[in-house]
Amino acid sequence: MAHEHTADHDHAHHGEHDHHGPAHGWRRWVFATNHKDIGTMYLIFACTMFFIGGLMAMIIRAELFQPGLQLVEPQFFNSMTTMHALVMIFGAVMPAWTGLANWMIPMQVGAPDMALPRLNNFSFWILPFAFTLLLATLFVPGGSPAGGWTLYPPLSLQAGDAFPMAIFAIHLMGASSILGSINVVVTIMNMRAPGVGLLNMPLFCWSWLITAYLLIATMPVLAGAVTMLLTDHFFGTTFFSASGGGDPVMFQHIFWFFGHPEVYILILPAFGIISEIVPTFSRKPLFGYDAMVYATAAIAFLSFIVWAHHMFTVGMPLAGQLFFTLSTMMISIPTGVKVFNWTATMWKGSLTFETPMLFALSFLFLFTIGGFSGLMLAVVPADFQYHDTYFVVAHFHYVLVPGAVFAIMAGVYYWLPKWTGRMYDEKLGKLHFWLSTIFVNVLFFPQHFLGLAGMPRRIPDYSTQFADWNMVSSIGAFGFGLSQLLFPYIIWKCVKGGQKATSEVWEGARGLEWQLTSPPPYHSWTEPPSPEVVARGVQH
Amino acid sequence: MSFHMKNAFARRAMQAASATLFAFMASVSHANWGGLNMPEGVSILSKKIYGLHMLILWVCVVLAVVVFGVMIYSLFKFRRSKGAEPDKTMVHSTKVEIVWTVIPILILVGMAVPIAKTLIEIEDMGEVGLNIKVTGYQWKWEYEYLNEDVSFFSTLDRQSNAARQLNSGIDPKSVEHYLLNVDNPLVIPAGVKIRFLLTAQDVIHAWWVPDFGMKKDAIPGYVNEIWVQVDADKVGTYRGQCAELCGQDHGFMPIVVEVKSPADFDAWLRAKQAEQKVAGSSPTAPATIASAAPATTVAQ
Repeated sequence: MAHEHTADHDHAHHGEHDHHGPAHGWRRWVFATNHKDIGTMYLIFACTMFFIGGLMAMIIRAELFQPGLQLVEPQFFNSMTTMHALVMIFGAVMPAWTGLANWMIPMQVGAPDMALPRLNNFSFWILPFAFTLLLATLFVPGGSPAGGWTLYPPLSLQAGDAFPMAIFAIHLMGASSILGSINVVVTIMNMRAPGVGLLNMPLFCWSWLITAYLLIATMPVLAGAVTMLLTDHFFGTTFFSASGGGDPVMFQHIFWFFGHPEVYILILPAFGIISEIVPTFSRKPLFGYDAMVYATAAIAFLSFIVWAHHMFTVGMPLAGQLFFTLSTMMISIPTGVKVFNWTATMWKGSLTFETPMLFALSFLFLFTIGGFSGLMLAVVPADFQYHDTYFVVAHFHYVLVPGAVFAIMAGVYYWLPKWTGRMYDEKLGKLHFWLSTIFVNVLFFPQHFLGLAGMPRRIPDYSTQFADWNMVSSIGAFGFGLSQLLFPYIIWKCVKGGQKATSEVWEGARGLEWQLTSPPPYHSWTEPPSPEVVARGVQH
Repeated sequence: MSFHMKNAFARRAMQAASATLFAFMASVSHANWGGLNMPEGVSILSKKIYGLHMLILWVCVVLAVVVFGVMIYSLFKFRRSKGAEPDKTMVHSTKVEIVWTVIPILILVGMAVPIAKTLIEIEDMGEVGLNIKVTGYQWKWEYEYLNEDVSFFSTLDRQSNAARQLNSGIDPKSVEHYLLNVDNPLVIPAGVKIRFLLTAQDVIHAWWVPDFGMKKDAIPGYVNEIWVQVDADKVGTYRGQCAELCGQDHGFMPIVVEVKSPADFDAWLRAKQAEQKVAGSSPTAPATIASAAPATTVAQ
């Protein structure tokens, strides 16, 4: 057992503290400074938002089940698409990543906790307020924001009372993300145990380190953009109004300067998790560790110089169109390197297919499909046809649902036995996997056809020629939505009971977290792991 | 929207559930699963764009076959249940990393050439036969034939508008060209290079007819340009929609273009000019507002 310390030493080290377990009752959560407790709260919050955002998606797909309006007014439909995106991006995926970072980074680098525990508490507890404010817009006069999550003016300025609420909520979410990111950077840079070097720490830490820098760089840009919207609306400025000398297209440039790195904020930690899971279940070290790190850094750099590919149709000089099409296509090179290295990791391995591996494999195939449609979208002349159609909707849902969301689920199944000390129900896990993978394709694949055939996105009703594939897509959506109810049930069942897990849990697992007991001690590594333990735990 | 909404919502959900069951049964019997791909279109540019689309699609298909082929092979060949032993020494190869970095670079450079050529052609606004100014409004289009004294608004047709109301009781399938029909279609000549000048009055819209291959935003304060030349033999009616979210009726401002032979077009234009002269010298007041706004031409 790696976690060795004497009671005497512990006592001397911590002086005034009498016990090292959690506080009791509500104090444990409200005053939480422990990385695991805060991580758990982040994950529960993300799961809740995933179902709220999912419910909005169900309303959208129910309305689109057949032509004609049956359920909601167009304005409410637009609210649903807008809120679905904001809730899923800022409420579900990003907090889920922060939750996983909180749980895993200290254990993976051999630290007792995150570097800044009180800041950690603050960055979590901002979120419930931010989302209460955002969701409360559903009940104010004029309804919630309905101009799309991209908030393009002048349309977004037409919102009612919801407008300042949504903007303040976005400011809060941004503050929470920045604080959380600072914590990740400081933890990884300062809290690594001796022997845990930058070039042998787990790739999950690497991808989060890079993600954290992206967040710190871009969240203030978003804050600036929405603040200018706010002053345009209330204080008579005309940053984005042509009639006052401003420019509505400038908002799009500023927004996507944030928005494109944001796309990688959502997916880079997924790359990290897949890079942990594939080697474990291939029983073989990750192929090309250094190349993986450099590829992740290259993707992060490129993410800052491709933003205008989201807005080719606003009208740009020829040189601009060529620059952004080439830089966008260049992203497929490091991304390709990652896919090839994961494949090479499986090559000559000894594969088994437990639930985390199944979700990781689904990620590999389906994320790659999303990558291909992304490459197609980079071709500017063709983008003039694809832009703002269901082809784009299919593309980004392929990279976000079987991409980011499946990677989160893979990570949760992978580390759940470590967190709880018990195995989850493998049969139910596999059922959850198969239902999710089948339905996600029934849901999103036909949307490629709809887009190519000419169906614009963000419309509540459509011409009858689009009826058949919309119905298929909606059936997929209902199936996918219902299957997700299995996920919290499986987690609940695992927390309540189940077969005891060993420290290593998975036969091929590497990394310092597997050198701790399952469940791990409350303060993870109260002493740095010894050189022998580090040698067993580091990547290569 | 809150409490009233909930009851209404539940009732509608029930109605919709029963209605959709019937709809599903009915549609399976006479389903139309066509429309899987981008239309090749009827203009010079739309065919080039279609060609690029098919090129990049096939590049992706070939790459997918190779990558997924290797993955699927590994999944079957290297399973532990078949006694596969892991080769733990296989951790790194600079040679392989270089190979799978350079091959994609070559493919992308190969793609960049036809992309650049097509883009240069798209941006070539020379030798235009007719200029039409298109202005987007919440939620209709205005067409102005520059220097021809003809301009008019184009809005969703009455039948579609009646059927698209919440629980209208009208089956959309009974409406011809549901949501893709207008009162006054745009009329253009075939075989002539036409320049469209796109702008908007209130919020951003986007003008898009898939068969013409091009889509561009209509932005307040900007004048964007695209050109379209429909093949001389492709006389007919072509339909599209606003493609940039512009508020509650974004889904209900279609575009319909009637392409006529040059002779028929001239006759139509003369008739329209005479008709508008009778109606008054300036029939469309809002047209002057857009031209008074600071115009910035960006597409050059």
